[in-house]
Amino acid sequence: MTRKGRRAALVAGMVALAGSGVGVTLYALSGSVEFFMGPSEAMARGMPVGRPMRLGGLVETGSVTHAKDGTLDFKVTDGKAAVPVSFKGIPPDLFREGQGVVVEGAMGGAGTFRASIVLAKHDERYMPKDVADALKKQGRWNDGAAAPAAAIPAASPKP
Amino acid sequence: MPNVASLANPAVFSRLAARALPWLTALAVGTLALGAWAAFFVAPPDYQQGDTARIMYVHVPAAWMASFVYATMCLAALGTLIWRHPLADAAQKAAAPLGAGFTFVCLATGSIWGRPMWGAWWVWDARLTSVLVLFLIYLGIVLLWQAIEDFSRAARAAAILTLVGAVNIPIVKFSVDWWNTLHQPSSVFRLGGPTVDGRMLWPLIAMGFGFLFLFLALHVAAVRNEILRRRLRRLTLRAADDSAPARPMVLEPAQ
Repeated sequence: MTRKGRRAALVAGMVALAGSGVGVTLYALSGSVEFFMGPSEAMARGMPVGRPMRLGGLVETGSVTHAKDGTLDFKVTDGKAAVPVSFKGIPPDLFREGQGVVVEGAMGGAGTFRASIVLAKHDERYMPKDVADALKKQGRWNDGAAAPAAAIPAASPKP
Repeated sequence: MPNVASLANPAVFSRLAARALPWLTALAVGTLALGAWAAFFVAPPDYQQGDTARIMYVHVPAAWMASFVYATMCLAALGTLIWRHPLADAAQKAAAPLGAGFTFVCLATGSIWGRPMWGAWWVWDARLTSVLVLFLIYLGIVLLWQAIEDFSRAARAAAILTLVGAVNIPIVKFSVDWWNTLHQPSSVFRLGGPTVDGRMLWPLIAMGFGFLFLFLALHVAAVRNEILRRRLRRLTLRAADDSAPARPMVLEPAQ
């Protein structure tokens, strides 16, 4: 083996070692690398009262109610399960029915998730309003319900 | 001592660089001007984010360059470690602060974008965290260059750090696919084609090329400066060593 070949092999070995080290670490920690859990996954794992967590999904259509004292109630769904959420505060501009959200907080006693922060999650589609309107008109898209899978953040199954 | 052929290459590079720089600069300014005009006056507002989405014409190209510059540095690092090429050393050193700059622009514009749309300046999701790590790696490489006096030893140390840090690049790219993140998945470089409307896509691509040419122009200039700086240092050392103090220091043209 030439000197250059030996050096190349050493570099390749170094990168492979570093890569597998980081890979193994991330695999072991993948649960904590996830920013949020979908309702069905969260329910399967259990949501003990008072344990802080982030819940992500779509705002269920028809579930949003504004109370007089400024409390916002809605349900976060991933299509399989839905969790009722209660939030006192101002949600981000993108918050609406059918929109992706991530809520931070903990389960309260009455089976309602008490959110301290509501974050909006949008998908990867960018288009002018006229295109969006045309798609809606053709019935190829209505907000939330028929949005492509990518818009449903927690729908993909995780190991 | 490096052999004659590898010593000659930086000089050839300097000559080519001097000729190419005005053209590269003009190309960068022209493409950026076209892209900026299109981003403001051609691209329509987004259906849900309105005019706020226009920040993507800076944020997204800066993010592309953050990874592209790192890939360039990885190639240079291989040149340093395997072929021991001095031009590769200079290319690697010159790229690191530029990469850090692009990554900073990406993080800053992302933060400004995140506040109105997501409702948070910053979240610790996998995409944002891995890009912050990329920024810190860039800073580490810049500092390592400053910390080691001897140029070729610094080059080797920085090259090793660069290649170890390369692990982070696929994590940055695929973080949005591998884990649940608040950051959206890729809109342009994805299977199945871009999910950005054509009227918004071409200004974005134009800005992407603008950033690319900007990097190339800055990088070529910085590599040339690095070569000059090394030559000046060599000449200064030689002048200091010389017993004859009257001898003037001459910067001869690169031959």
